[in-house]
Amino acid sequence: MLLLGGGKGVFVAMTTNPGSSAIIEVGELTKRFGDVTAVDHVSFQVERGELFGFLGPNGAGKTTTINMLIGLARPDSGAIRIGGLNCRKNPKAAQHLIGVVPDESNLYPELTGFDNLCFCAALYGMGKPARIARATQLLRDFDLSKAAHRKFGGYSKGMKRKLAIAAGIVHQPQILFLDEPTTGIDVASARNIRQLLADLHRSGTTIFLTTHYIEEAERLCDRIAFIVNGRIVKIDQVASLLKPVQDRYATIVNGTGLNPSFLGELSASFGGLEFHLHSQDRIRVESSMPIHIGPIVKFLEDKNVAVTEARRMHLSLEDVFVQITGIEADAMKLEKMKAAA
Amino acid sequence: MKIWIAFWNIVLKDMRAYYLKPPNISWGLIFPIAWTAMFFIKSGRGLDDVLGLLPGVVAISILFGTTSMLAVTITFEKKGRSFERLLLAPISLELLMLAKTGGAILFGVVNALVPVAIACFLSDLSRVAWGAVVPAVVLIAIASTFMGLFIAVSVSEIFEAQTFSNFFRFPMIFLCGLFFPIDALPMLLKPLAYVLPLTYGVDILKGGFQGSNIMPLSLDFVGICLFCMVLFYFSLKNIHKKWIS
Repeated sequence: MLLLGGGKGVFVAMTTNPGSSAIIEVGELTKRFGDVTAVDHVSFQVERGELFGFLGPNGAGKTTTINMLIGLARPDSGAIRIGGLNCRKNPKAAQHLIGVVPDESNLYPELTGFDNLCFCAALYGMGKPARIARATQLLRDFDLSKAAHRKFGGYSKGMKRKLAIAAGIVHQPQILFLDEPTTGIDVASARNIRQLLADLHRSGTTIFLTTHYIEEAERLCDRIAFIVNGRIVKIDQVASLLKPVQDRYATIVNGTGLNPSFLGELSASFGGLEFHLHSQDRIRVESSMPIHIGPIVKFLEDKNVAVTEARRMHLSLEDVFVQITGIEADAMKLEKMKAAA
Repeated sequence: MKIWIAFWNIVLKDMRAYYLKPPNISWGLIFPIAWTAMFFIKSGRGLDDVLGLLPGVVAISILFGTTSMLAVTITFEKKGRSFERLLLAPISLELLMLAKTGGAILFGVVNALVPVAIACFLSDLSRVAWGAVVPAVVLIAIASTFMGLFIAVSVSEIFEAQTFSNFFRFPMIFLCGLFFPIDALPMLLKPLAYVLPLTYGVDILKGGFQGSNIMPLSLDFVGICLFCMVLFYFSLKNIHKKWIS
């Protein structure tokens, strides 16, 4: 049991593993904006060197949580410890340990890429020779050397994102907070950034990642927390989260003339299979056994449904997310794309 | 040592990014020259009265050079979110805001040097009490910049920063004793004159250039220093309340 100062004389008890090497410890963190509780008694720990994913739809409380962790917002209650330092009492206490890459660029458009990195390094007290060496190295590592002396305002979205990540790690922080690092950029740049994150993770940097792209989190993260309406609804290792869907089979059947009333008949005729109407022209079949699609297609055709496609689906973290939160991942992605546009 | 690297680089960055840009340099030169010429022509009292004009042009050059510049640059950085990067730096908010205002204060002091440099060629400045004028210039620059800071944390749009700056500046130049002696102000406006930092700064300048101050200089210094502290204190309080809430 670890007692953390919760401010105003309140102490919050957090259960910790005695052998734990947690670098971020959050206990009962709460933040309200008027009547709205943006973050509601959130508790979690992030281990040193871990890549921790924080997933949830728009307005779930992800950015508010990050802002409280990095010192840009004050919690109403709860405790925050970063690197063993009480950040509730002094939000600036751990700022030398952390790097932050926000969802929108916060570099200076009027400065060049090189000058931006040098300036960010100076903010962490790095001397001139060290700043120049580090900025040059990062620009090379992030494949931005050719654009080093161009103004940041003229960079493409992908380049801006890469430079923002470089600026976040310019002082070699122990922890990197990344808010939606691949939102709104092209596929190649997103892949490039994912590779950079994987490399950073391998080098031992603790990464706290928020994203709307569940497949991205599945590919990169060690552990994931799902947050909905300000509350953490599930937190576990990616492998453990995937367990319930790992031994399951799923098939999507597309066709015209589908009717919700067929679902009951299908369930009655095909025991052991679960049927869900996804949309007007799509049924999803799930089972713990391999699905024989022929009889189902025949059944539907007998009901005058024109079956156009039947394909097996690989169940992923996205399905786990939908099961746990009841939120369609596609809808969440679309929402974010609209916001980014 | 490390925090001073951050401090100095914030000042340098602001100087390079904002204050040393050609439009601002030309503004910083043209504006005080125009004020000096305007006052000089209007007074019609010839070169002998240059010393009488200096408190006014110096004070107004600083006030106009610093207030809106800082208010606009901070609002601009806040809107572009680059201000967040500064808030994330491991330096105290007090030092950060001193660094942000440092560039504007230097810019204000340089603005004040322009009319003084012109006056060097037109009049004898040997009797000027530089021991009072120099700190007064610095304190007026600090007070005006902190006023800009106070405005910056009270608004969210750049145009609001400009409008809000003028809302404070124009009444201030008419009430601080530059155009009308404070004693000649209507009874209702007189108390207002004493709650303006420029009143105390202008009085020191009048004392330094001509020996015509109306309040003891020690009181003027205490007054303007108090304004600087109060403005800085409330600006920081507002930042905590509005930007790190």
